[in-house]
Amino acid sequence: MIGLDAIYILVGAMFAAFALMHLLDRSWRCGAFWGCFALLMAGGSWLPDRVNGALVLVLAGLVLIGLKPGAVTTTSEEMRRESAIRLGNRLFVPALIIPAITLAGTFLLPFVKINGVPLVDPKQVTLASLTVGATVGLALALYLIRAPISTAITEGRRLVDAIGWAAVLPQALAALGGVFAAAGVGKVVAQLATSYIPVDAPLITVIVFTSGMALFTIVMGNAFAAFPVMAVGIGLPLIVGKFGGDPIIMSSVGMLSGFCGTLLTPMAANFNIVPAAVLELKDRNAVIKVQAPTAFLLLFANTIIMALFVYHR
Amino acid sequence: MLVLSGIAVVILGFGLRFNPLAVVVVAALVTGLAAHIDLLSVIAILGHAFVANRFVSIAWIVLPVIGLLECGGLRERARVQILKLRSATTGRVLTAYLLIRQISAMLGLTALGGHVQMVRPVIAPMAEAAAERVAPLDAETRDDVRAHAAAVDNIGVFFGEDVFVAIGSVLLIKGVLEQNGIAVTPPQLAVWALPTAVLAFLIHATRLWLLDRRLVRRRPA
Repeated sequence: MIGLDAIYILVGAMFAAFALMHLLDRSWRCGAFWGCFALLMAGGSWLPDRVNGALVLVLAGLVLIGLKPGAVTTTSEEMRRESAIRLGNRLFVPALIIPAITLAGTFLLPFVKINGVPLVDPKQVTLASLTVGATVGLALALYLIRAPISTAITEGRRLVDAIGWAAVLPQALAALGGVFAAAGVGKVVAQLATSYIPVDAPLITVIVFTSGMALFTIVMGNAFAAFPVMAVGIGLPLIVGKFGGDPIIMSSVGMLSGFCGTLLTPMAANFNIVPAAVLELKDRNAVIKVQAPTAFLLLFANTIIMALFVYHR
Repeated sequence: MLVLSGIAVVILGFGLRFNPLAVVVVAALVTGLAAHIDLLSVIAILGHAFVANRFVSIAWIVLPVIGLLECGGLRERARVQILKLRSATTGRVLTAYLLIRQISAMLGLTALGGHVQMVRPVIAPMAEAAAERVAPLDAETRDDVRAHAAAVDNIGVFFGEDVFVAIGSVLLIKGVLEQNGIAVTPPQLAVWALPTAVLAFLIHATRLWLLDRRLVRRRPA
């Protein structure tokens, strides 16, 4: 059965190739940074926890002194324009085959069995399908552009240099969540959130609940972390229990209020900070700033929806 | 209370614009120490949690193919295709993408999109090309258009996926309610995500229309 470890080794090998290219170019810090990350990805399951932790500290130390990637030679704008004319819409095919295979694999892979044993761990089919999709897409792109595989590594490295440390941030934030859980942070925040808020009127409770969902999400970076706490602390005992509201509307609209918070926080790095890096924006909070008006209007709208319908069904 | 010092480190560190990766690692160390865990154990917990969350980084596997396609002219091709549509404006391109992203997420097709696979190589170049047709883009406006492209990807998926019955958030709600003795079915929950989904589209489409008006105002008199 193919599990995540096989995929981690592949991803680790890719980052190791980026690191090697950096070392050949004498950008030592980038080489060390992506090398450590490659080691964590590929070897994390076998290295002792302390060594993994030390490698994470090395990553943080390297970004503090600055990565400074060297310039990458890529095709000129002129060459790309000519290539675009020559290849036409065929260029879209490898890009679109990635989601196509991801979707098809997610639906079909659970049925692929060899001697009754699933080929791929059923819980990991989406990530496995994405990996297959990216590999097929890469093979197609190499054939289409008639480039050697080394070009794919150089171009991948060009992107990862543009993204930089932000590529590691979502995983680091998830790890911070793990440390928070080990230290019992969630429980303390939950106590604070639910014991200091005066809620004695149905309407005010709704306002406290929706804005609390958003606020908690902003702090924790994830509406999934906020929902159990707010639902058990305010939603179920007060809105549903004390004031007789509808649990379905409370939950569904409450979760969506949390999503408004996700649009507003750098803690949700893969949605807000990573795209700013991917698109090479000067201000790393630019995406949050653009999303803010929509987020506040929607939070307001969610509060109205819940206030109107949660008590009257 | 002391274990909250990690959250304080994050808020202060992000607020003072220190490097976020370093801030997060320091916050993890501070949190562990504040909970009276010894330093070596904190480092081990951090290492364990980092490795346990590696699935987050699998998405980067698309970097080589996207980089290769960019070098083969994918972004240029996306520009050409959008310039063929005479009526295409930045706002309209992004509104169309918002609609596609929301509807496909409602059908459970969240894989169709993403900042690395879709926004950077295709959607952002299209939005920029449409804006350049009005007047040349300065660096600030270009960044604004790109940030709008990224925002549309997020808003579309956030306020579409909850209408799909088998997405993580719906299942999480079902689980929490069940633990508290309330049985619900995913379709009941999904229906109540619809009003917000429609409002999200209307609100954001209006803002994209306003973005178009701002972009047109740059036109030299």
